[in-house]
Amino acid sequence: MGKVFAFHGGVHPPENKKQSTRTPIAHAPLPKMLYIPLQQHIGIAANPVVNVGDRVLKGQLIAEPVGRISASLHAPTSGIVRSIGPHPVPHASGLESDCITLETDGQDEWIEHQGLQDYTRLEPSVLIEHIRQCGIAGMGGAGFPTDVKLHLGDDHIVNTLIINAAECEPYITADDMLMRERAADILSGIRIISHLLRPSHIMIGIEDNKPQAIHALEAVLKGCELNIDIRVVPTKYPSGGERQLIQLLTGLEVPSGRIPADIGIVCQNVGTATAIHRAVHFGEPLISRIVTVTGDAVAKPQNFEALIGTPFADLLEAANLYEGRLFRLVMGGPMMGVTIAHDQIPVIKTTNCIIAASDEEMPQAPPEQPCIRCNMCEQVCPVTLLPQQLYWFSKGREFDKARNHNLFDCIECGACAYVCPSSIPLVQYYRFAKSEIRTEEAEQRKADHARQRFEARQARLEREQAEKEARRKARAEEAARAQQSRKSTEADKAQADPCNTAPAASAAPDLKQLKTAAAVARTKLKKARDALKNAEDKGLDGIDALRVTLTDLEQKSEEAEQAFKAAEQAEAAAAAEKGVDLKQLKIDAAMARAAVTKLERALTKTEDEQARREMETELVEARKKSDALNQSLSEHSPA
Amino acid sequence: MTEFLLILISTVLVNNFVLVQFLGLCPFMGVSNKLETAMGMSLATTFVLTLSSVCSYLVYSTLLVPFELEYLQTIAFILVIAVVVQFTEMVVHKTSPLLYKLLGIFLPLITTNCAVLGVALLNIKKQNGFLESIAYGFGAAVGFSMALVLFSAIRERIAVADVPVPFRGAAIGMVTAGLMSLAFMGFAGLVQF
Amino acid sequence: MTTVITAILILFCLAVVFGVILGYASVRFRVEGNPIVDQIDSLLPQTQCGQCGYPGCRPYAEAIANGEAINKCPPGGQSTIEALADLLDVEAVPLDAEHGEEQVKKVAFIREDECIGCTKCIQACPVDAILGAAKQMHTVIVDECTGCDLCVEPCPVDCIDMIPVETTITNWKWPSPTESSSLIATDRGRGAEQQEAH
Repeated sequence: MGKVFAFHGGVHPPENKKQSTRTPIAHAPLPKMLYIPLQQHIGIAANPVVNVGDRVLKGQLIAEPVGRISASLHAPTSGIVRSIGPHPVPHASGLESDCITLETDGQDEWIEHQGLQDYTRLEPSVLIEHIRQCGIAGMGGAGFPTDVKLHLGDDHIVNTLIINAAECEPYITADDMLMRERAADILSGIRIISHLLRPSHIMIGIEDNKPQAIHALEAVLKGCELNIDIRVVPTKYPSGGERQLIQLLTGLEVPSGRIPADIGIVCQNVGTATAIHRAVHFGEPLISRIVTVTGDAVAKPQNFEALIGTPFADLLEAANLYEGRLFRLVMGGPMMGVTIAHDQIPVIKTTNCIIAASDEEMPQAPPEQPCIRCNMCEQVCPVTLLPQQLYWFSKGREFDKARNHNLFDCIECGACAYVCPSSIPLVQYYRFAKSEIRTEEAEQRKADHARQRFEARQARLEREQAEKEARRKARAEEAARAQQSRKSTEADKAQADPCNTAPAASAAPDLKQLKTAAAVARTKLKKARDALKNAEDKGLDGIDALRVTLTDLEQKSEEAEQAFKAAEQAEAAAAAEKGVDLKQLKIDAAMARAAVTKLERALTKTEDEQARREMETELVEARKKSDALNQSLSEHSPA
Repeated sequence: MTEFLLILISTVLVNNFVLVQFLGLCPFMGVSNKLETAMGMSLATTFVLTLSSVCSYLVYSTLLVPFELEYLQTIAFILVIAVVVQFTEMVVHKTSPLLYKLLGIFLPLITTNCAVLGVALLNIKKQNGFLESIAYGFGAAVGFSMALVLFSAIRERIAVADVPVPFRGAAIGMVTAGLMSLAFMGFAGLVQF
Repeated sequence: MTTVITAILILFCLAVVFGVILGYASVRFRVEGNPIVDQIDSLLPQTQCGQCGYPGCRPYAEAIANGEAINKCPPGGQSTIEALADLLDVEAVPLDAEHGEEQVKKVAFIREDECIGCTKCIQACPVDAILGAAKQMHTVIVDECTGCDLCVEPCPVDCIDMIPVETTITNWKWPSPTESSSLIATDRGRGAEQQEAH
């Protein structure tokens, strides 16, 4: 027994452990249905690799890890996957989450599996990968993927390995029984961890209320070659907290916001060590764990080796639950556990205890009364925080101040609430404050991100606008220059041939106008014709007036057409004289041809005589134009 | 040396300007809602007090006394204080716009802070020399700052406590100030100055 | 008489000297722009939705710096109002219902069967959270969507829904403990009785 230090505060709630240690660990009966949540660990939820209807064998991989901080899931027994979807999970919110539902077939058939031959010969990364593939996560309560913790030896110097055998919370005896019955397995697991992390010193921290466990461990450690010590610590809640145990055994405090590996210490639970042993030596993935079922409402409180995914109801039945006495069902211990609403919630990798309490054992919480500032809470806080101040700040929603008072160092052990004479649910306030702060930070990040995107978008729009402006300006300049050069060549030409170019120069701008005028005249004519027809059909007045207008418009239309055509021909001639662009010629020819085809097609469709006549004249014109252009094209194209 | 120490102890504890002599109560009540504003205000006031104490003394001794214009001391001191405060305002606006916004109207109101004028006038009354004026002004400022910071810290705690409805706000603030004042009066007789 | 003149002269000289000092200081310590606007803007939720009556969050921040009320932002909700009240040392008033109610967080969802690829919603989105191009399928990038609602109006076929963000075990928040501590224990039952009597 070496030196044991101390930590500030702590409480001594009644232990209530004797009820569940009278009988050895029992195997829970095989349940009919198993519900395996995809999120049983810290990190990203696992991704299913089986489909509904598949038959799986015991130990078969059913979900793979996603990303570095994640863990895999395996079928706890053989059976058929019935569904993959929402189901109640062990979470304080009572919400549902995705689970793989397995209907067991009773055969308990294992998949092919075997342990590693000589793990000491393997590359450490290969060994850790094997542990990862077996889905091992921290079984002390947090569920941190063990392979990530074992990789800490890569970039940290680990000189102390602490095995957490304290189990300080009342009622829970899972680790105690594990140590009494399977101490050899624990030692084997410790050996594997020690091989990976290479600490210079190993300590097992255990409370003095477990004499048989201490005895069992001592027996197994006889003659062990590792530098391993059993340190017995006085029973106090919460000595099993990672940082508290480190302080107890080494006197060192893990700095706020850092991990124990930063001061050269790694902590592992005895249950995790056993799971590592089974994974490495037998190739068995993590598919079961020891769960304490206790409380006054069960007739036979004991520890079960339960499959992951077993509904609480099955375990309670195996322990002979007496429904009439059940007042409150708690998952976890009385200090840090959560009251759950119903018993279809499954056992997960971190479930260590189910308490079926009667109303005398765990009555309804008395109503909250005003704080009398007695400071009992500060006296018992194991992290030396100021719970009273944290309470005032959380209540007054002054979250900045709460954070500055180290709110996030609170381990939510519940010692402060346990001693509060006003029965204030202090831990609820801290949890509320923490989640508010986290949400605010997430929203702030999102808002900053949205602002960046918004500003980037504004910049992009401005840039596009600027580019458009630049392009338009360039085009305008280009057009101006072209106009300028055209005017200068025409000016030269005008000196050489005044009569021909003048109409061309004047015709060029006028061409478009003439075209529009001709089109307008045509439309007016058509409208007048329609109006006349309408009037004639319906026998309206003013038909004579309309007829007069009609003849007038016909004439105007003719004139406009003539003017346009003349100008066009002049233009074409001028263009021909200038040495016309071949490409432009080709385009014009093609367009003329297309116009001809269109007119021909339209002609075949129309019935109206008047319209047909018009179209025929147009068609003749179009054909003439097309021929002219084609001829011109053949003349100008390279031989 | 001991004399300066005595001046400091006297102005900070025994004859604290806010809690014992009851000068400068306006910013004391007005800016003490939050600790950050209180600290900003106390820094600003320290700067103003020390500087105006020195300048007032200089103006008095070099301009007013030689020309036998001692009766102009009030006007001259107010002028000095106003200028110093204006200067401080500009500096604060430049260095910490947030503090400038938070202090709001109370920053220019340091001009009318009777503690500042009081220090200037008391320097004359006590016939302090140049160095003693500096010490006196600085000590007064430290005392003011201490009272302000302590008071704002208490007020912040009271803000989230269960105060009976009739007492909420200024009333409980006054009661607290009174109790603080009682405590500080316990220093009476420590130093005879 | 001379004493009066001397007095006036002395004071005048003093005033001139001080005026010069202040003049120099005002130039030396000139403040450009309004840095407080940046601080206000960093507290606003950046949805750029316009529910406050200003075309974006930055214009509203500028307005607040000029004295505008702080309770006009529904997406920010009461927590933003409190943060602004904290920053500016003004009173935290409840949200102005005229500008909208504080609602559950929503994200947009385009029903792809009905989308015609007109890009009107893409042009409306202030944070470019809609992926797509002309005549191509449009879809909302959920992680970038701020729930501002600006895309719903321009859609000509009305195929955009605002769907509330689901609460899962990953984004669930602990509720505030019920506060009944303002009553002393012996008074606790009385309020209920009185209410029942009414």
